[in-house]
Amino acid sequence: MTETLINQGTTFHPGWLDGIRVNKSAVERRTGSLGGRRAVKKDSQIAFMLKAISCIDLTTLAGDDTEGRVRRLCLKARSPVRRDILEAFGLGDMRLTTGAVCVYHEMVETAVAALQGSGVPVAAVSTGFPAGLAPIETRLEEIRRSVAAGAGEIDIVVTRSHVLTGNWQALYDEVKAFKEACGPALMKTILATGEHGNLTQVGKASMTAMMAGSDFIKTSTGMEGVNATLPVSLVMMRQIRDFYERTGQKIGYKPAGGIKAAKEAVLYLALVKEELGRAWLEPELFRFGASSLLGDLERQLEYHATGAYSAAYRHPMG
Amino acid sequence: MSVSEKFESMDYGPALESRANVDKWLADHGGKFGLFVNGEWIAPKDAEQIDTYSPSTGEKLATLTSARQEDVDAAVAAARTAQGKWEKIGGHARARYLYALARLVQKHSRILSVLESLDNGKPIRESRDIDIPLVARHFYHHAGWAQLLEDEFPDHEAVGVAGQVIPWNFPMLMMAWKIAPALAAGNTVVMKPADFTSLTALMFAELCQEAGLPKGVVNIVTGKGDVGAMVVDADVDKVAFTGSTGVGKMIRRSIAGSGKKLTLELGGKSPFIVFEDADLDGAVEGIVDAIWFNQGEVCCAGSRLLVQEGVADVFFAKLKTRMGNLRIGDCLDKCIDVGAVVDDIQKKRIEALIQQGVDEGAEIFQCSSPMPGTGSFFPPTLVTGVGTDNTLFKEEVFGPVLTAMTFRTQNEAVGLANNTRYGLAGTIWSESISRALEVAPALKAGIIWINGTNMFDAAVGFGGYRESGFGREGGREGMLAYLKPKFEKTLKDYSAIEAPAHVAVPKAGTGMPGVDQTAKMYIGGKQARPDGGDSTAITTHKGAFAGLVGAGNYKDIRNAVEAATKAQGWAKTNGHTKAQILYYVAENLGYRAAEFEKRLVELTGASAKAAAREVELSVERLFAAAAMADKHDGAVHAPPIRGVALAMNEAVGTLAIVCPDNAPLLAFVTLTAFAIAAGNTTVVIPSERYPLLATDFYQILETSDVPGGVVNIVTGERDAMAAPLCKHYGVDGMWYFGSREGCETVEREAAENMKRTWLNYGRAYDFTSNVQFVARAMMERGSEVKNIWVPYGDANEGGKSY
Repeated sequence: MTETLINQGTTFHPGWLDGIRVNKSAVERRTGSLGGRRAVKKDSQIAFMLKAISCIDLTTLAGDDTEGRVRRLCLKARSPVRRDILEAFGLGDMRLTTGAVCVYHEMVETAVAALQGSGVPVAAVSTGFPAGLAPIETRLEEIRRSVAAGAGEIDIVVTRSHVLTGNWQALYDEVKAFKEACGPALMKTILATGEHGNLTQVGKASMTAMMAGSDFIKTSTGMEGVNATLPVSLVMMRQIRDFYERTGQKIGYKPAGGIKAAKEAVLYLALVKEELGRAWLEPELFRFGASSLLGDLERQLEYHATGAYSAAYRHPMG
Repeated sequence: MSVSEKFESMDYGPALESRANVDKWLADHGGKFGLFVNGEWIAPKDAEQIDTYSPSTGEKLATLTSARQEDVDAAVAAARTAQGKWEKIGGHARARYLYALARLVQKHSRILSVLESLDNGKPIRESRDIDIPLVARHFYHHAGWAQLLEDEFPDHEAVGVAGQVIPWNFPMLMMAWKIAPALAAGNTVVMKPADFTSLTALMFAELCQEAGLPKGVVNIVTGKGDVGAMVVDADVDKVAFTGSTGVGKMIRRSIAGSGKKLTLELGGKSPFIVFEDADLDGAVEGIVDAIWFNQGEVCCAGSRLLVQEGVADVFFAKLKTRMGNLRIGDCLDKCIDVGAVVDDIQKKRIEALIQQGVDEGAEIFQCSSPMPGTGSFFPPTLVTGVGTDNTLFKEEVFGPVLTAMTFRTQNEAVGLANNTRYGLAGTIWSESISRALEVAPALKAGIIWINGTNMFDAAVGFGGYRESGFGREGGREGMLAYLKPKFEKTLKDYSAIEAPAHVAVPKAGTGMPGVDQTAKMYIGGKQARPDGGDSTAITTHKGAFAGLVGAGNYKDIRNAVEAATKAQGWAKTNGHTKAQILYYVAENLGYRAAEFEKRLVELTGASAKAAAREVELSVERLFAAAAMADKHDGAVHAPPIRGVALAMNEAVGTLAIVCPDNAPLLAFVTLTAFAIAAGNTTVVIPSERYPLLATDFYQILETSDVPGGVVNIVTGERDAMAAPLCKHYGVDGMWYFGSREGCETVEREAAENMKRTWLNYGRAYDFTSNVQFVARAMMERGSEVKNIWVPYGDANEGGKSY
């Protein structure tokens, strides 16, 4: 991760929020017709699926996580696709890994050790994940401890009431405080969009989070009733584009939760390419927060490699 | 390119839809097609052949047969023979056929989509996701109308044989829009598809065979414009045309006076208005759907972009960025946005118009995406720096060319939007419901989309105002275009009532002279002397002198139209107030019933009883018009979107009414009352023979609070008055009751600005009949349906929290 990608943030510009208006029907028409406009087939489809894998934050966020489980997941992150499949595409030595491994604070050290030398960063969910309602001191301390434990990336959650009441200044202050606590670690801000009232709030929350120094904006904890969706993604990406046009700073995007099929993942990448451009199709600027997506991508890749539809048991379990 | 290179570039690469089925179909026909007449394929040996090409590649697809006059005649004869039986089998049987056609379109949707794209150049996404599904939807919807016909349209019958001529931009969809309602209503058709794009119509003929449609119900004749002209001029009862305004005018002139029912769906230069409170990114995508859908070859394309000045810079920047992401290419590539324009001829036409616009000062920005090396491709284009007089701001380009201008205020936006001869569609982008729903009725256009564009549905009527044509396709109003009231065939010939050749001049009396009575014209709420200063003597039925009326001329017409135009705010007067005024007119006529009865007896020779009946009926009609004034409700359609489409009845505008001589009071009152009840302002030419009934009547108008200019009365010779009216650009509609020749003249002249006309075609309506003058039908004659699409929704699709 290069220093230049770290977002320094801006002062709080309430005026940047005033023009944000999102028409839900228009958003849905755009995302609804995208699949028909951007069919990705053959070699392009393989490339898009490999790209998707390289952008996965391979995630386990369960109360029953153990060190053994996390280590196995990390090995999967180092080598997410069977080598013979990659060889079939002439990519045997491409050193494909996932974008990161994402765990709770307790598992950071285990994951860092397991990923030693792989270049795969460890991301820690933080700040009282998923509800984000722990005391502020606790939340800030959680960030500091995860960074100290070796987490290169911190996925923070915001106080949803600030969004729901339109208290953008408070949201800005909160995220900015988290950013300071992150120090050199990359900060991904989870907006929990499934709990927002409408898409205009999603847009304003996105812009506020970027002004406050978020390096990524992320849809969801994966635990809301509705997590990542294409409409929400379109709204957030358009804010990233506007922020880039205002500041020259590229902010990353991470849809999380609910993306399970390879086909969906390809559609997300197409949306990123259309709305933000090729530059965002790199793990530095795009991640999937997903746990089961990888399995489907592996199966689809095997189909492309062999011409035969695959079965789950043929792929190494994470 | 290897996977590794693709991984670096992340390019999409082509994703071609297979055309194998289409190639096989073309090969099975030996690449040659005949005409579909009377359920059979005919291939006249000496008929001219036309080659049809795929604009995306330039390859020849097939050879078509150009129908000769005798082939068109044979097709019309077959349709004529089939019609009676087709109508008699009843709505339910027709519903079964239409349902089968809808199913067949779905069953063959893939080959139809591929064929449509190959023939027209449009992206496969559009033919597959939009055109062909809408075709099926149209047949389903109209299967329903066939089923419900007797219940929903009592006292109506099929028009007969319909001659239908369609364009090349939505070949199969336009065919469905024409054939489905015609068949549902019990008509038979002779269809002439565009010569560039006839193939899906020919494949549809095979579907008709597959569905077992009776012979002669659908006939398809191919060829160029001359074949279209043959269809229009043939012995058909109804002409339906979609295409350019120029050809639409020619058609109207050529059938003027024939009594053929006509619907015209013509060109447009539709405004796309972006207010500062719009979702700007959404509006940018809206523009993609408005002008880069189907390469801009869309009659209702949002081709005039109006952006509020405060957001214009940001908006244009966003738009240009978006243009850079448009992909242009092979119509069968599932990864493109813009395909090929239909033919090199069209491409050259677009280029010529662009050049003209540039010569007039326009600045051009074109999409930088790579263009295919072969085929008829034209890059998406944004035109700025234009005045309202620039060709590219005024004229329909029918290509992927968007002309933009800024505005300051909502009122200025409406002014610019309406500054056009056309009136097909309009798009409004604003997050303010108050603003959007205020602007929608202010736009002179038949279809309005709010925060969206180019949405279509069979249940929602489609059609324009002004020179974009008239008549609606889809929905209830679309069915009415293929039906006629049963009483029409019983109408007898009309003849004007001649004044006696000699008028006995009143002799000088003795004693105190009476006070002179001068019947004037009534213009702008004031009594006005005729501009020419001449008067005409009016006689009693016995030939005795009854009075003088002003002899109107074209200047009186000019003044009256001006007054009527100024009074158009009447359309916005609420229904309750309109009703109150009409009731008040009725009340005041009631006060003076005896006087009008006396006048009728004296002038027309009617019996006292008949005269009393005519006055009584006039009062009743005023009541009926008043009653309808606050009940001519529109409809709320539920198209397949999250939202509604509001079908609003709007006044035609300034309506000229030329009254017949029969029932001189009742006809005048009936026609005027319903015209104004529907919100029109009027210029009325009363009966030439009995104008005094109308000039007596203006005193009633004056005392009944009818606002000045809403009813203007000009007396004079019927056809001499009709002539300047039917040429007047400020007259939006015309009702004419006179001779057959007079009807022909009116219809021919009305073509220029596409006046909505109601003509008696030389037949005599019975004004005493409440069947012929049903209140709701009268209101429909005085209005146009505007469909306003309002997608809605704001709530986040959230779910329960953990």
